Amino acid sequence: MSRVTRPGKVTTTATYVWLTVAALVLLFPVLLTILGGFLPAPALVKQPPGLLDGHYTLENYLAAWQQKVVPLLPAFGNSLFVGLAIMLGHVVTSALAAYALVFVRSPLRTPVFWLFMATIMVPYESIVVPNALFVRSLGIGDNRLALVLPFLANGFGVFLMRQAFRQFPAELRQAAQIDGCGHLRFLFTILLPGCRPAITALAVWSFLQGWNMYFWPLIISSSNNSLNTLQTAVFALRSNESSQPGLLLAGITITLIPTLLLVVFGQRWLVRGFTAGAVK
Amino acid sequence: MTSAKPPDKAPVTPPSATRGGGRVRENLLGLLFVLPGLVGLGVFVIFPLVQAVYLSMMGSDILGNPTRFVGFQHFAELFTPEFGNILLHTLIFTLIVVVGGVVLPMSLAVPLSQKLPGMRVFRTLFTLPFAYSASAAGVVWLLMLDPSMSPVNWLLRLLGVVAPHWTTDSGWALVTVSGVTMWMVSGFNLLVLAAGLAGIDEEVLEAARIDGATGIRQFVSVVLPMISPSLFFVIVTTTLTALQSLGQPQVMTDGGPNGDTSTLVYSIYNQAFHNNNSNYGLASAQGLVLLLVGVLLAVVQFGVIERRVHYR
Repeated sequence: MSRVTRPGKVTTTATYVWLTVAALVLLFPVLLTILGGFLPAPALVKQPPGLLDGHYTLENYLAAWQQKVVPLLPAFGNSLFVGLAIMLGHVVTSALAAYALVFVRSPLRTPVFWLFMATIMVPYESIVVPNALFVRSLGIGDNRLALVLPFLANGFGVFLMRQAFRQFPAELRQAAQIDGCGHLRFLFTILLPGCRPAITALAVWSFLQGWNMYFWPLIISSSNNSLNTLQTAVFALRSNESSQPGLLLAGITITLIPTLLLVVFGQRWLVRGFTAGAVK
Repeated sequence: MTSAKPPDKAPVTPPSATRGGGRVRENLLGLLFVLPGLVGLGVFVIFPLVQAVYLSMMGSDILGNPTRFVGFQHFAELFTPEFGNILLHTLIFTLIVVVGGVVLPMSLAVPLSQKLPGMRVFRTLFTLPFAYSASAAGVVWLLMLDPSMSPVNWLLRLLGVVAPHWTTDSGWALVTVSGVTMWMVSGFNLLVLAAGLAGIDEEVLEAARIDGATGIRQFVSVVLPMISPSLFFVIVTTTLTALQSLGQPQVMTDGGPNGDTSTLVYSIYNQAFHNNNSNYGLASAQGLVLLLVGVLLAVVQFGVIERRVHYR
C-alpha cells in the first residue's frame, strides 16, 4: 500500500499477478476489437477466437468501407463534425460565460451562476422529447446542424472554466489593469493562454462527449440515414451485418481511432483539468 | 456525462475595471458574454423542461401531435406493475454500475499507486474502455458473449461452469448489461481515483505507519478519507451516467427479454421513438420521473455522503 518505501517481494509479486490477470480480463474486449478486425472469419468465429493466429488481412476493412448498407465515410464525417462543433461550442460559450461570472461585478452574477448549475441537474433524456419535436419543427432535420444544435452550451463546462479562472492569480489581473489592459485584451492575451490546461481538459472531454454521443443521433438519423454518426452506424451495421463479426469489429475500430488516441495521449490533461476543477 | 457540483463559497474577485464607460459598459459586456451560453441552455434545456411538463399533460393523435389536455392521466399510467419494474430495473442497474464501477477501479488504482516499474503502462491500459461509446461497447460485448466465439464462455468451460445465455436469460440480461456499463465507466473512474491517490501526501502515510496503521487499517482510516473528494466525484458522476444509459440496453437486449432490461431511459426511448411509437405524452412524463430520480439521488448523495468528504 505504502508508496514511501519500496514494497516487499511478496507484495510486488502479488501486485503484478493481480494487475496482469485484471488486464487480461478487462482488456480482452479491446484486443478482440482491434485484432478481430484484421482476422478472417474462420479464425475469428471459433471458441476462443484465434486472435494470435497470425493470418491477418485487411479484407474486413475493405468490406466495411465498401458495404452499401451503412456507408461509413459520411458517418465518419458526421462524427467528426459533431465532435468538433460540440468541442468548439462548449469552449467558447463556457469561457465567455465563466469570464463574466468571475471578472464582471454585477448583482446578477450569483443567480446566473446558479441557473447554469441547475441545468447540470437536468438529464438530457428528460427533455429529449420536446427537443426532438422542436428541432424537427425548425425544418433542419436533414441538416448536420440538427445533430449538434442542442449541445453547444454546457453547464458543466461553465463550472470547469469558472473554477480555472478563479484560480488565476489576482496579482496578475491587477497588474494587467494597472497597465490599462481592458477586459477583452486581458481575456484573450493573458487569461486564456494562462488557463490552457483547463481549456484543453474541457476540449478533450467535450470532443469525447460529442464523438461518443448516441441517443440524440439515433433519433435524428432514424428519419435520415445520411445523418448517421459512426456510433449509430455501428448499431445499424450490427442489425444488418450481424453474421460478419470481423466487419463489425473493423467498423468499431474505425470509431475508436480518435477516442483511443485521446484517452492514451490526452489523459494527463483530463486528469489535471478534472482534479483542479472538480475534485479539489 | 455531466457532474453536479455546488460552487465554492464566497467568490473571490479581483477588483474589476471601472474606467471609461464604467458600470454600464461593464454590465453590458458581462451580459454579452453570458448570452451565448444562457441562450443555448435556455432554448435547449430550460424551455424544453417547461415543454416537457406541458407535453406530459397532453394526449396526442397517432402522429404524436399533442391534441387534447388529459391532466395527470399519463402520471396515473405510471402507477402500474410494469412501470414499477422499470424503476426497479433502473435502480438495480444503477446500483451494480456504481458499486462495481467504483470498487473495481479502486482495486486497480491502489496497487497502481506503488512505486514499481510498469505502473504507468498498466494505468494507461486500464483506462482504454473509456474510449468506447455505448454502441461500440454494446456490440463488442455481444461478440464477447456470443456462444459461437465467446472467450468468456470458453474460460468458464475450462473452469467447469456452464455459461448462461447472457442476454436472453431473464435472470442474467440485466446483470450482463450492468456489467458492460461497469466495464465502460471503470476506465474514467480509474483515472480520477489514481489522480486522487497520487495526491496523497507521503508524509501522512509515513506518520500513519509509525503510529502502527498498515494494510487495510491504513487504507480505511487514512487513505479513504484523503481521497474522499475523488471518491465522491466518481460516485456522483457514475450515478448520473448509469441513470442516463441508453445504448447498452438498446443495443444489447433492446430492453428484453420480456422487458427485463427496460430501464427508465430505455422506456423513454421506447415510448417516444422506437418503431415510431410517438407516445410523446407518456415519454415526457417518464422523463420528468427520471429528473426526479436524479435529483433525489443527488440530494441523498450530497446530503449524506458529502458530509464525510474531507476537502482540503
